Amino acid sequence: MAAVQETVDRVKSIDVTEYKYGFSSVIEMDKAPAGLNEDIVRLISSKKNEPEWLTEWRLEAYRRWLTLEEPDWARVNYPRVKFDELHYYAAPKSHSGPKSLDEVDPELLRVYEKLGIPLQEQELLAGVEGAAQRRVAVDAVFDSVSVVTTFKNELAKAGVIFCPISEAVHTHPELVKKYLGSVVPTSDNYYSTLNAAVFSDGSFVYIPKGVRCPMELSTYFRINEQNTGQFERTLIIADEGSYVSYLEGCTAPRRDENQLHAAVVELITHDDAEIKYSTVQNWYPGDAEGKGGIYNFVTKRGDCRGKNSKISWTQVETGSAITWKYPSCILRGDGSRGEFYSIAISNGHQQVDSGTKMLHLGKNTTSRIISKGISAGKSQNTYRGQVSAHRKATNARNFTNCDSLLIGNDCGAHTVPYIEARNDSAQFEHEATTSKISEDQMFYCQQRGLSAEEATALIVNGFVRDVLQQLPMEFAVEAQKLIAISLEGSVG
Amino acid sequence: MLEVRDLIVSIAGNTILDGLNLTVRDGEVAAIMGPNGTGKSTLAYVIAGKEEYEVEGGEILVDGEDILAKSPDERAAAGVFLAFQYPVEIPGVGTMTFLRAALNAQRRARGEDELTTPAFMKRVNEAGAMLEIRKDFMKRALNVGFSGGEKKRMDILQMALLEPSVAILDETDSGLDIDAIRIVSEGVNKLRSAKRSFVLITHYQRLLNYIVPDTVHVMSGGRIVRTGGKELALELEQSGYRDFAPHSAAQPAAE
Repeated sequence: MAAVQETVDRVKSIDVTEYKYGFSSVIEMDKAPAGLNEDIVRLISSKKNEPEWLTEWRLEAYRRWLTLEEPDWARVNYPRVKFDELHYYAAPKSHSGPKSLDEVDPELLRVYEKLGIPLQEQELLAGVEGAAQRRVAVDAVFDSVSVVTTFKNELAKAGVIFCPISEAVHTHPELVKKYLGSVVPTSDNYYSTLNAAVFSDGSFVYIPKGVRCPMELSTYFRINEQNTGQFERTLIIADEGSYVSYLEGCTAPRRDENQLHAAVVELITHDDAEIKYSTVQNWYPGDAEGKGGIYNFVTKRGDCRGKNSKISWTQVETGSAITWKYPSCILRGDGSRGEFYSIAISNGHQQVDSGTKMLHLGKNTTSRIISKGISAGKSQNTYRGQVSAHRKATNARNFTNCDSLLIGNDCGAHTVPYIEARNDSAQFEHEATTSKISEDQMFYCQQRGLSAEEATALIVNGFVRDVLQQLPMEFAVEAQKLIAISLEGSVG
Repeated sequence: MLEVRDLIVSIAGNTILDGLNLTVRDGEVAAIMGPNGTGKSTLAYVIAGKEEYEVEGGEILVDGEDILAKSPDERAAAGVFLAFQYPVEIPGVGTMTFLRAALNAQRRARGEDELTTPAFMKRVNEAGAMLEIRKDFMKRALNVGFSGGEKKRMDILQMALLEPSVAILDETDSGLDIDAIRIVSEGVNKLRSAKRSFVLITHYQRLLNYIVPDTVHVMSGGRIVRTGGKELALELEQSGYRDFAPHSAAQPAAE
């Protein structure tokens, strides 16, 4: 009892104001007035010199949004967002399209440095000849506007398009017009519809037929200006027989007021293509009393449009006050496969309602869900997942495994699976466990010389191992650090 | 060297150890025998620092230093090792990862450098060979799916790696077949050294055929009630513990 109690106390005592990335940088911002109306939507669109079709697309979404209600079915409680007090556009003033890191605001580079993102190092790394070197291209998004895009030439050689979506609108309008909103339609849900109306920027990726993207693509971004909702929009298309691994990682500075983040990510795979999308999320979770913190209301969806295509989501969620996030796969193409690997850690007063949807539409489609939830402090952690087989989805197969680990007595873990088979050849398996770190495990580890924190981190890392293994190496290391930070405060 | 002086321990208000005294010198192997429920395992846990026990009085010294105020991990770094009666499973944590984390944690606590990978591998391989542990075991999660004997061997392997000054074996022979007892005992015998004190907790004389103790202590009613040489174990094998019932006339010979 006592050993675990000590750990529990330690976890409880973590002052979330110690939040490692809770600093705020002073970069001049260019902000739209608070509130939302058609003029603001037009302003956002005109700031980006968007074509008329896109302005109209945004306006249509905005009008639709006005008719929608904020969803309340998730197991989360929070004061409602005052949408008319938010600013819907902010951009660093220095934005004039820097050609290299030298032209980037040094303050911005310092922010990344504090975050431990070695941009320059990575650029050097990518410049090094030799196949053994792993390469990571970084499209760094600072608040709303992408200010640094690296390695474009390298990628261009392979025919890969990786750029801010605001740029793709101009350079590849036919692709953006064809795919934008084709997975998450503007009418999809409250937050995604808002995103469609006011989306700021994000990444655009196109991998041509038969191309295996020569490096992992990565975007680090942060929310920065106070009271600025960030509406990231990402669109990734993998054409026939192509492959790409995309990494997304983010942290945000400390804030007293809640910040809304309503991103939309759309993935499309054509025949025999594969997208692997990995996220490490460590946004400000709020202070020790649960005040502040990010509202993370994200819509992520992949469409396995082609035969034998594959989409794999891996997420490590440690931050945010409220998480509402269900990266999903539409298994449309025959023989397509969807995967969802998730680690969700909640501590303090955090509330997580996350999971996935695997919608089997095509024949012989398969999916796999591995979810590991860890709750500590006074947090609530819910897995919500839907697996369904359409009438024509002959031989659809799913395997789901949801494990929950509780640390302490004041937190909660909930598992809410929705399983729906309209085809009697479907085979769906669901396994779920809930456990606590045992006194005996803690004492055993401590007897061998590990401190209570080290023992907890070791046991938790063991618990999430199946999912960590799915992450690219660089991310796995970062994720392990985040797990330690999330549960121990000062470590890492 | 281990010195336990006038140790009084209770759990939930019940006194378990009632003024226990025990000294195990450097290089000595002491066997502690006695009937069930007499506090043998409690003694092991209290020395290792398990926190559900209330220490109401007395001292525990390791190499002359009082360890009672230390946490379990600090005691481990000070040289205390407990081979568990039931070693726990830790799912998802690779055996090598665990061994290395434990060894390096202790080294850090003592202000020593962490071992390099080759140096660590060499030591693990040597210890593994001594205990006849198959290499594929080292790749599995710690103790997960191991048989009782395999778990005990893994514990002794940890003892070999961590090089404690006070090694306590709590009912290490329980649940082991005769071959496993032989392998574990040979391992322990190889780890006997002039600088290490061993405490063997056991019900049965059987283990002591393999690990021959220097001293045998009989525990009853939360105290050591008789101390003798290895022949005492044989005597107990004949007569049982009847003479040492907590409220019998027998007087604590050790005091």
